[in-house]
Amino acid sequence: MIEHLNKAFESRVRLGIMAVLVVNEWVDHARLKELLNVTDGNLASHLAALEDLKYVQVRKRFVGKRPNTSYRSSVTGANAFRVHLQAIEGLIPKH
Amino acid sequence: MTPNDQLKELARIRGLMDRSTRFLSLSGLSGVVAGVVALAGATLARYHITQSLAPGADVLTYGTGRGYDQADELLLTLIADAALVLVLALLGAFWFTWRRGHRTGQHLWDASARRLMINMLVPLGVGGVFSLALFYYGLPGLVAPATLVFYGLALFSASKYTLDEIRWLGASELVLGVVALFWLDAALLFWALGFGVLHIFYGGLMYLRYERVSKESA
Repeated sequence: MIEHLNKAFESRVRLGIMAVLVVNEWVDHARLKELLNVTDGNLASHLAALEDLKYVQVRKRFVGKRPNTSYRSSVTGANAFRVHLQAIEGLIPKH
Repeated sequence: MTPNDQLKELARIRGLMDRSTRFLSLSGLSGVVAGVVALAGATLARYHITQSLAPGADVLTYGTGRGYDQADELLLTLIADAALVLVLALLGAFWFTWRRGHRTGQHLWDASARRLMINMLVPLGVGGVFSLALFYYGLPGLVAPATLVFYGLALFSASKYTLDEIRWLGASELVLGVVALFWLDAALLFWALGFGVLHIFYGGLMYLRYERVSKESA
């Protein structure tokens, strides 16, 4: 089971980001920040890492005059998240 | 990570998935207030109906053909009564839910709240127009079952965006509404059960389950 644990999700923030994204369509930066309770810089670096892995897709657009960046999970990302969660569950001894 | 840490991490992940999709700040007390207001409104309506209704009058129309002055007066009283109940219940709901959100530090008007509102307001708005049409065509007896049915449908379908109890509340309203449709003599009583007693019951249940506990731990 241990081999299914995903290095990308060793960070609690990254795992949290994926948890939110797999159950929502397009979540913006501010909403993620609010849900996860992290700083802008911290969130941005973790999102960049997930983007490099092609786990999340990014959409930049303008809402009125303000730029708005939203994210959603890719199919690869959602699958990786599920496998990782199952691996964690598998590590918990059953009573 | 120890197994205990992993359990905690799984709980955190589930909490995040829940919190990001559902509106969980809904206060049970808003249900209790709405229920009390509804019972008072139903009692008032019952008083006015028995006052101005001749014995043996048609329960579907409350004896109102169009054009009878006194009957129109009764209808206006009933509409004003219903509107007052709606406004007071909504004020109570917003106040207690706002207070709870404020205490727990959750944002009240986030994406999950908007999604819940949209899914509630569409069926409720149509239900409101439908009920006004029933008054307009002189069929006030059908208004009580119609409001139960539309409200039940709104709650039932919007429940996936909020607390699970709302699904049961919606289903119960639907059962009462459907029965009341075929038992118009007792429709006002069913309305009082649905909007009064059920609100107090489920509101109290939600309060005991989610709010009292969190107050102790805070």
